[in-house]
Amino acid sequence: MDPLLEILHQNARLPHEEMARLLNLPVAEVEQRIRQYEDEGVILAYQAVVDPEKIDADSVTAFIEVSITPERGGGFDRLAQRIARFGEVKGCWLMSGGYDLAVMVEGQNLREIARFVSEKLSTVEGVISTATRFQLKTYKQNGVILGRSEEGERLSVTP
Amino acid sequence: MRNQTVANFIAEHVREIPRSGIRDFFEIVQSMTGVISLGIGEPDYVTPWRIREAAIFALEKGKTGYTSNFGLPRLRQAISRYLERHIGVRYDPKTEILVSVGVSEALDLALRATINPGDEVLFHEPSYVSYNPSVALAYGKPVAVRTSAEAGFKLLAEDLEAKISAHTKALILSFPTNPTGGVLTLGDLRPVAEVCVEHDLLVLSDEIYSELSYDGTEHVSIASLPGMRDRTVLLNGCSKAFAMTGFRVGYACAPAPVIEAMMKVHQYAIMCASNMSQEAAIEALENCGKEVASMVNDYERRRNFVVSRLNEIGLPCHLPKGTFYVFPRVSQTGLTSREFSLRLLQEKRVAVVPGDAFGPSGEGFVRCCFATSLDLLREAMNRIEEFVRERRNK
Repeated sequence: MDPLLEILHQNARLPHEEMARLLNLPVAEVEQRIRQYEDEGVILAYQAVVDPEKIDADSVTAFIEVSITPERGGGFDRLAQRIARFGEVKGCWLMSGGYDLAVMVEGQNLREIARFVSEKLSTVEGVISTATRFQLKTYKQNGVILGRSEEGERLSVTP
Repeated sequence: MRNQTVANFIAEHVREIPRSGIRDFFEIVQSMTGVISLGIGEPDYVTPWRIREAAIFALEKGKTGYTSNFGLPRLRQAISRYLERHIGVRYDPKTEILVSVGVSEALDLALRATINPGDEVLFHEPSYVSYNPSVALAYGKPVAVRTSAEAGFKLLAEDLEAKISAHTKALILSFPTNPTGGVLTLGDLRPVAEVCVEHDLLVLSDEIYSELSYDGTEHVSIASLPGMRDRTVLLNGCSKAFAMTGFRVGYACAPAPVIEAMMKVHQYAIMCASNMSQEAAIEALENCGKEVASMVNDYERRRNFVVSRLNEIGLPCHLPKGTFYVFPRVSQTGLTSREFSLRLLQEKRVAVVPGDAFGPSGEGFVRCCFATSLDLLREAMNRIEEFVRERRNK
């Protein structure tokens, strides 16, 4: 992967001037490449990774295993895209194994998700079955371990 | 008893050895708060989880006894494979590899096993703080060969040859170098190796920073050069590359008679390196190439950041090709290394290590470690910038 993308991945808010120093590149080049990534849709969005425990989040997240019927010509794509368009759906992946789509859904409460599954998701034509699993606690998100790290105390001067 | 009388118990050759300059500095830093320390000589990463997990598993399996004096056979096999992959030299895991408690112990063993009282041991300087005293503790005579910023802190064959006498027995080589970040390429090593062969020198090659090489620089071990394997004691370990400083695992590789001699000293002084640490080291050497690459990548970027800032601030420093240290010149501020470090610490609360702690030729420089988070490096550089600007306006 382009080292610039790696840096953006770790901390997209780093000033461009610092990214340039880290990579030993002119600032103008860093900015031009970022613009290009944005224009080409390589970079889709910049988001914050938030610890849900800390913000009193009144929302519930569920992973739903969905089996669907593939279609001639388009395979799973048309149905998957149709499901992905719902605002409640935060993520959607085609999976190998026992089911077809993993759908991540966020809602205000359990009832809201239940309603979405029974009224929207399972009634989409081509959806054969769903199994809903609620998320109880987050330990690691987007590669970031949640909570304060107590690791790595070092002496202040060593040889 | 009076302290003076008690002091008479101390052996003379130990009494003569000064405390490490780093030690003094450490105590001052310890007494202050809000200090950003660039004075650290270890990775800021915690040991990669898969290595820690291997250590935990070793404990669970009850690996709590002594191991062979040479170290776990599986670890020696792993070391052999690792070195063959990395430097292209093969060592027999049965007779040519010894696992030690860090490279520090391995160096001490090598010196004690090979140096007769009065033998001269050359080392390039500025260098790691323990070479000079370790030679003296082994009853050898340490002889420094200076290196210079102008030559990228490389050891030059002519400077080396100029220090050779009838009593010279060995050369301690340590590239990439703590504190300068200097490296020797194959082209730089060849003339050094020729001098060693010509003058029949033993080489103790401390390659602990071998994995931390930047800009695609490939680490070359002197042991891989023609005629050198038989006169080299290769010293390396897991501390820096795998962020395992506290595990204390190092190793020495050399022809069997030398390893046998070192093992005798090790056997009576230490017995063996920690069993679970050795188990962790197997995981590190066998399965952690990816983790190392990602840490090295990150160090390289932070190095770029620090070097570009220091040069901008007016503390010129060369781009180190290895280690996680930069060694900027500070003499143009009109301060000695020690004054610079002390005032920077007192006025701006940034700790760096005065260059003279690494030998007299380090005077005029300070060592900054960039194995620290980018946020702290940024703040430290801003403080150093303020400090230098205020000095200039005085």
